[in-house]
Amino acid sequence: MLTFIVRRLLWTVVVMFVITVVVFVIFFKTPGVDPARALAGRNPSPQVLNEVRAQLGLNRPLFVQYGLMMKRIFITRNLVSYSDQGELVIPEIFAAAPATLSLVFGAAVIWIVVAILMGVSAARLRGTVYDPILMILALIGVSTPVFWLGQVCNLVTQGKLHNTFVFSWVPPLGYTSFTTSPVLWFQGLVFPWITLSILYIGLYARVLRANLLEIQSEDYIRTARAKGLSERRVLMRHTLRTSMITFVSLFGLDFGALVGGGAILTEVVFGIHGVGFLTWQALQNLDLPTIMAVVIYGAFFIVLLNALVDIGYAWLDPRVRPT
Amino acid sequence: MAALIEQVQTSELRSAAAGRSPWALAWRRLRRNRIALAALGLFLLIVVVCLAAPLYAHHVAHDGNVLSPNLNGTTIVHGKVVPVMQEGGGLLKLGETPIGPTWDISHYFLGADGLGRDVAALVLYGGRASLQIGICSAVLCCIVATVVALIAGFFGGVTDAILSRLMDVIWAFPVYLLAISIATELLTHSNGLQVGFLHVSATSLWTPTVIIAFIYVPYVYRPVRGQVLSVVNKEFVEAAIAQGASNFRLIFAEILPNVVSTVIVLLPLMIATTILTESALSYLSVGVQPPNVSWGTIISDGQDLLYTRPWVSLAPGIMIVLTVLALNVLGDGVRDALDPRAKVRV
Repeated sequence: MLTFIVRRLLWTVVVMFVITVVVFVIFFKTPGVDPARALAGRNPSPQVLNEVRAQLGLNRPLFVQYGLMMKRIFITRNLVSYSDQGELVIPEIFAAAPATLSLVFGAAVIWIVVAILMGVSAARLRGTVYDPILMILALIGVSTPVFWLGQVCNLVTQGKLHNTFVFSWVPPLGYTSFTTSPVLWFQGLVFPWITLSILYIGLYARVLRANLLEIQSEDYIRTARAKGLSERRVLMRHTLRTSMITFVSLFGLDFGALVGGGAILTEVVFGIHGVGFLTWQALQNLDLPTIMAVVIYGAFFIVLLNALVDIGYAWLDPRVRPT
Repeated sequence: MAALIEQVQTSELRSAAAGRSPWALAWRRLRRNRIALAALGLFLLIVVVCLAAPLYAHHVAHDGNVLSPNLNGTTIVHGKVVPVMQEGGGLLKLGETPIGPTWDISHYFLGADGLGRDVAALVLYGGRASLQIGICSAVLCCIVATVVALIAGFFGGVTDAILSRLMDVIWAFPVYLLAISIATELLTHSNGLQVGFLHVSATSLWTPTVIIAFIYVPYVYRPVRGQVLSVVNKEFVEAAIAQGASNFRLIFAEILPNVVSTVIVLLPLMIATTILTESALSYLSVGVQPPNVSWGTIISDGQDLLYTRPWVSLAPGIMIVLTVLALNVLGDGVRDALDPRAKVRV
């Protein structure tokens, strides 16, 4: 187990290094693009251009450029956004993180609960008309673009119905931090949570149903039934427990992807000022330093979480540990 | 019950057996799946309707070109001539609101967008771009991934290790962020990308196509490589080697036909994914660039008109849902048809 953990973590470090190299190549070495021009924002003045060149060492050897960039991102953390009045990028990202985490955590709770309910019901109701109905609903969830669903939500809750008692409690678009007002925080996040969770409810319900049906024909389930255990106990202690292994590892990956930037569409459509919204604003100003920093930090978060998921998976299920 | 199903399956196999190729059998199974066929029909219908966009545009054309702004134009509602852009409400009559849906098929059926363009015609043209990008990038992605998977699986060893690790790195990136960073880099300079003799202009539909194809390569590579590995040591490959077949022939004539069904199962699902990705990138303004329109850009433009003219973003969104749903259902059907032994369907 220890060897596995060490090997997995070493690989994680390698991947992180390669990611920084890839991002560096994309932003500094795309053929035909002058990186100083690209990084200095829209219509930079010659002074700003020279400043950028000097700061990033663009006339020095490649590996020095790479080193300087990484130093600015990770050690001194003083990467400057030129389109945003010289705002420091890294503190901005960390200030935006709580909004993203609130959004993703809440959505995760909803999608886990609803997906388990849907998946288990569909598997239990196999052969009846409810199973295909549930699965078609799940498929519609998977097929709906999340930003459009967000618009439809806004149209319903902020449009004409906003003045009726049904949706009058929904605050205007935006994010209120939990410390400012827990009630507003919750009210403002209810529809973003639901919107973000729909896709994952569809995915997880389908995977869980398939997994449950597959496990139902295993020998140990037959043994459990033969022992005279109740259907309920077989489901809770044997079937569902085994399929949780797949469920948990999937969850780790998706959760990481959402925190690492995947929630950008939901954040933009609901005006939640998280990391994704920051990226979107940077896109509107062609503010490349911010985008670069978000991509690197987002990818690092995902890679790290993937490593943790793999280690947790190996700990739960010794069969996957390579010898 | 299980025994009965087995019996039915064997009898089906027996009756189907004589001299039919696996492809013919798969096609027969797909033909029996009514839901999958309906989905295929819906998808083809959407494709045909979108391809017919110029016909409809000709029918509703106001100034010849549906994609150019029509801020000062007029149209006919209930036999009366009205301006496309109507004066804003209130005492000051500030701002202009585009005309809403007239539900008259020849005059602004779904109303106008912020530039006074016919939304119904825009949705059709947007569909052309979305479908073109979705289908081309999915096909491109599958071809590249299959070739890489064939090389990795066939040669094994160091080649396999390097290629697989490379794919792992692309896989590790957040999908949208990778696409966004490549796209912004390409959009910051208006000359487009110059690779050798190939030149892609920044506003071309091929820019998002290539970006989307690239980011999804690992998602196709993994299952295909697995399939290659399971085939590469089979007897028929050894027999071909014994006959002195070249590596090229081994890869493309012996192994490829045995992994192509995996790729075909993935293709409709990939098109569904790439269409969703294209719309998301266009919504974030890093996908399709003006003057081109796609379903994603229409939804993005419709955000400003959401509360006054909701149909501007509702219509393209409904088209995306229908298209992607049809492809997902079709994908399930294709998998059932090509891989009937898979234990349980997702």
